[in-house]
Amino acid sequence: MNTKVNLAGIELKNPVMTASGTFGSGEEYSEMIDLNHLGAVVTKGVANIPWPGNPTPRIAETHGGMLNAIGLQNPGMEVFVQRDIPFLKQYDTKIIVNVCGKTTEDYLEVVERLSNESVDMLEINISCPNVKEGGIAFGQDPKAVEAITREVKKYAKQPVIMKLSPNVTDIGEMARAAEAGGADVLSLINTLTGMKIDINRRSFAVANKTGGLSGPAIKPIAVRMVYQVANAVKIPIIGMGGIMDADDAIEFILAGATAVSVGTASFRNPYATEEVVKGIEAYMKKYGVDDINDLIGAVR
Amino acid sequence: MAKVMELARVASQVILADGVYSMWIETKKIALEALPGQFISLYTKDNSKLLPRPISICEIDREKGLIRIVYRVLGGGTEEFSCYKEGDYIEILGPLGNGFSIEAGAAGKRAFIIGGGIGIPPMLELSKHLACEKQIILGYRDSIFLKEEFSPYGVTYVATEDGSEGTKGNVLDAVKEHGLSADVIFACGPTPMLKAIKAYAKENGIECYLSMEERMACGIGACLACVCKSSEVDDHSKVHNKRVCKDGPVFQAEEVDF
Repeated sequence: MNTKVNLAGIELKNPVMTASGTFGSGEEYSEMIDLNHLGAVVTKGVANIPWPGNPTPRIAETHGGMLNAIGLQNPGMEVFVQRDIPFLKQYDTKIIVNVCGKTTEDYLEVVERLSNESVDMLEINISCPNVKEGGIAFGQDPKAVEAITREVKKYAKQPVIMKLSPNVTDIGEMARAAEAGGADVLSLINTLTGMKIDINRRSFAVANKTGGLSGPAIKPIAVRMVYQVANAVKIPIIGMGGIMDADDAIEFILAGATAVSVGTASFRNPYATEEVVKGIEAYMKKYGVDDINDLIGAVR
Repeated sequence: MAKVMELARVASQVILADGVYSMWIETKKIALEALPGQFISLYTKDNSKLLPRPISICEIDREKGLIRIVYRVLGGGTEEFSCYKEGDYIEILGPLGNGFSIEAGAAGKRAFIIGGGIGIPPMLELSKHLACEKQIILGYRDSIFLKEEFSPYGVTYVATEDGSEGTKGNVLDAVKEHGLSADVIFACGPTPMLKAIKAYAKENGIECYLSMEERMACGIGACLACVCKSSEVDDHSKVHNKRVCKDGPVFQAEEVDF
């Protein structure tokens, strides 16, 4: 039985990775799960300098989901390179670094800094809904998506994943723009912008007023968007958005995703990522699937 | 010790006051390792609720492998927990956070152990472990719970907002009314109370430990949801945000920037 998948020349032992921002750089979860079992660890966003993030409360629970507005708190690329890369290198898993920035130059600085580090792929976050100046500003205009992708590709030594926002009218258009700019892989979806009001305090549930909605509540939208993008581009897709178990992961693969990310599920169940790996194998056995690649985009 | 997730059996549950419940839980490993001031995450059976509920540990019985939580029903999650009966099972993760410094309350010292509202429960296990002289000050809005259980460990003073018992006012009003003094303070409760205690400790040059609360997601330090402003640069992100779930919940008062 083959569970290996290929993303732009990088071979993953299985299609299961962590969703950026839900798993830090893996250290905290490594106390409970074996990172060697994962196809890849996708780190929390890394900027050129430390970012303090947003005021608290930064999260709120909603029905079947949660809002977060962490605001990309991170220690910046120097600490990341010195501390987190050596940590992840201890494991037999691929390292995918999520890169965030406020300006094109910020992104490029991080991309360049990582160019000679043992990082397998870069995921460019142009879709964080919680930071005003950066992220989303690039992700909602096809011309901007294409332009930043092209710039990043000039400097990147590793394959480039562009992470797309669902907060657009036509995600297919954004996907084509990233592909035109030279993206190697697309990942989608980031969170959907949402809001919750605390009726007892008559205030916003998260200090940022709006937050990114994640969790099973958004899964049907994410599956639809993966399907839509799979029909719009030729490059591989990493699918995510509300994956709680292996059944959810297989849905994304059948819709056209080559790999999947498990995010919010880790909060509900710290072992979720490992359980998804095992569950995919069980599904393959049950249906006599010899190669996981036969499932990718199998529902058309 | 490594954190573990367990499917634990509810040993008993009783109601202590309006909306305040006490539950004993049988654990395989968590009770063996838990320390005063640490907390556990409890997961609801209702799958529409994704996030664990972090609840402080009120008592630990290592021999019997039991931990006790005392919590207030605040929403759907705690409402679900309050319906559990002996023999029901609940998924829990723990022990989480750092706990109180027992050494800070060594013999010969005089301590204030201060709890406010639903911040009172973790102070009970702590009271058993401190060798120093303990002056226990409990603040309530109205209905009283756990008060008698503290009496074996020290002289207990009460403050209520409505004046129905003890000092009318807050815990520091009780300190003033009784003319109390201490060398070290341990406190858990609402943020305004902790802020006032930090100011009091600074004014009087008293060593002070505060257990903080913030809305959490992962509970283990990965998601950076539950940060508090810190006076020093934190180890994780090199900004001024310490993680309540991992770097805390107990901090030295000087570490926290209210």
